[in-house]
Amino acid sequence: MAQRNMSNVKCPMPSQDPKVRARNFDEVATGYTYEMAVDEARRCLNCKNKPCVGACPVAIDIPAFIERVANEDMDGAFEIISRSSALPAVCGRVCPQENQCEGKCVRGIKGESVGIGRLERFVADWHREHSDETPEMPKSNGHKVAIIGAGPSGLTAAGDLAKMGYKVTVYEALHTAGGVLVYGIPEFRLPKSIVQKEIDNLKAIGVDIETNMVIGKVLTVDELFEMGNEAVFIGSGAGLPRFMNIPGESLKGVYSANEYLTRVNLMKAYRPDSKTPIKKSAKVAVVGGGNVAMDAARSAMRLGADTVYIVYRRGMEELPARKEEVEHAMEEGIIFKTLNNPVEILGDENGFVRGIRCIEMELGEPDASGRRRPVEKPGSEFELEVDTVIMSIGTSPNPLIRSTTPGLETNRHGCIITNGDDGLTSREGVYAGGDAVTGAATVILAMGAGKNAAKAIDEYIKSKN
Amino acid sequence: MFKILEKTALNPTVTKMVVNAPLIARKAEPGQFIIFRATEDGERVPLTIADFDREKGTVTIIFQIVGGATMELNTLEQGDCIHDFVGPLGVPSHVDGLKKVCVVGGGVGCAIAYPIAKKLHNLGCEVHSVVGFRSKDLLILEDEFRAVSDKLAVMTDDGSYGEKGLVTAALEKLITEGNKYDEVIAIGPLIMMKFVCAVTKKYGVKTVVSMNPIMIDGTGMCGGCRLTVGGETKFACVDGPDFDGHQVDFDEAMSRGAMYRDFEQKARDEFCRLMKKEVE
Repeated sequence: MAQRNMSNVKCPMPSQDPKVRARNFDEVATGYTYEMAVDEARRCLNCKNKPCVGACPVAIDIPAFIERVANEDMDGAFEIISRSSALPAVCGRVCPQENQCEGKCVRGIKGESVGIGRLERFVADWHREHSDETPEMPKSNGHKVAIIGAGPSGLTAAGDLAKMGYKVTVYEALHTAGGVLVYGIPEFRLPKSIVQKEIDNLKAIGVDIETNMVIGKVLTVDELFEMGNEAVFIGSGAGLPRFMNIPGESLKGVYSANEYLTRVNLMKAYRPDSKTPIKKSAKVAVVGGGNVAMDAARSAMRLGADTVYIVYRRGMEELPARKEEVEHAMEEGIIFKTLNNPVEILGDENGFVRGIRCIEMELGEPDASGRRRPVEKPGSEFELEVDTVIMSIGTSPNPLIRSTTPGLETNRHGCIITNGDDGLTSREGVYAGGDAVTGAATVILAMGAGKNAAKAIDEYIKSKN
Repeated sequence: MFKILEKTALNPTVTKMVVNAPLIARKAEPGQFIIFRATEDGERVPLTIADFDREKGTVTIIFQIVGGATMELNTLEQGDCIHDFVGPLGVPSHVDGLKKVCVVGGGVGCAIAYPIAKKLHNLGCEVHSVVGFRSKDLLILEDEFRAVSDKLAVMTDDGSYGEKGLVTAALEKLITEGNKYDEVIAIGPLIMMKFVCAVTKKYGVKTVVSMNPIMIDGTGMCGGCRLTVGGETKFACVDGPDFDGHQVDFDEAMSRGAMYRDFEQKARDEFCRLMKKEVE
């Protein structure tokens, strides 16, 4: 057994210098070296209770894979992770580990938790760079399943079902598979080549991915059944952007975060030769405090803005974004205007944004969500001079599928109703998961839902035959 | 990949393509649109469906060569493939129960107005059509419109063909002559639709317009296509593209349409420079 590392702090993540990275789209965190990974892995106590495993939405056997890393068996570590996770290189990068596995780590009681996410990323990257084995094509069981949406939940369900022998077809509305991993999360947090590699792995085990297919329009859920699919999984996400309904939101230079990020990520507008335009902004206000707001703000900075504000109605403590994303944004020079709320976007004589009028807020009594409700301070309005405003205040599920699938029940937010963990909807054989069910949440929760649904679909089809 | 089965230049700036897209053809209805990307790194651009043939599995698009993306699309020839072609998107035009309709088309907008006129005609509706162009050499689809219209007025800005004047003049004349329309359907440049709505509002005739704003995904995801209709924000891609013309804020729509004017000019220049280079 290797020597245990009793340091109370995590091995720091090597990263690009903030000043440099704030102007490029290369990945911010460059990843552990082999030595760093082994050293960090030796901080794990391999405790009996394994609280980390219970806090992982896909229940990766975390101490087991970390032990392999500590013993320098990287292939073994990868094998353990891939039993539970279809997209480890992605999750190692974008999971909110501090609220999940790392939040429960015993080492975190008297110091910093083990860097579980960083180790997961290292193992996945190591495997991608060093392994040339092609995944084995599973033996067909003769049954067909259709998946709607090639995002985290759909890809996870597809991978699990394909491994069980199902013939899986994934229908994707956009021209590229990946969902939020390709249109939403920027290159500097999640390189698209990594997403592509994970998708290639799914294709190698026989998953068909049909792009340019808007289910609800070109085919309905009922037609997918007529085509011989015995079950359908809906992982269509929560793509519909919300606006604040304040004056000036139709001015030129006001974007939804979805539009801004889609132009940058999916359409590559950050490249000088891109055919998709994006505004060359000098001063930008991003409204909202979640991970998407951080992504939009940091993208704007990289596109050349000299000043980027985050305007958020609650305080720094209440920001819903991951702590690491907030820290990265601050290091890169994003200015946090917390406890401020926009009341109007101001335009110039040509209809372009020239500023945003905000009002100061203070925190009052806790509201239904348990967070203290922000209230306006009368007479505290002020103007920020900006030429671009990016609205990042949340998204709702897309209505295209629910409006074309008779008998599919949804709640008043438009989210598909399922009967708990296995994702069964009000329609027999139709399962759903991810943001289409929960509203906007995280990649890993969507993957967990895809995983559970795959299991339930397998049981359902077996019970029928 | 979507093969171009036929390509015809309707006039020097407008091209018609018949594209092999059987799944879309099976579901398409007048008023709906597709989004194309001509090549692997092309821009996503919406185009309203001009025609479709369910049996042959084809979708027809008619487009004006105005910017980088349509220039790029126009470089593809019969037998070539369009990289991405997705649809049918948007809500089909509402045609049920209409007995007498005036269809007004302006320029390349006639390409979208035509399938609606045809559908109405086939449903037994009395169709009057007013089509307008800048001049005779830009005229398209005259025979097609004539075949499905009980009355047809062709207008040109310079009087080089048909009657000299704007479509609004012909429409107003038809209304004042005593034609009682259930609905006017206007499709063309924003400025034309705005003035058609001004005329019909005066006479209290319900008017439907087809909006074609800047769009990326076409499924409700980006919100770039938002419009103000009756004081509410609507997304043209999922709520439209047809809207009650008397409720649409055209001035705002025109302003938003100019968002990337400088970029588009650059894209056009760049494209022309590249093409010149290839020729050299």
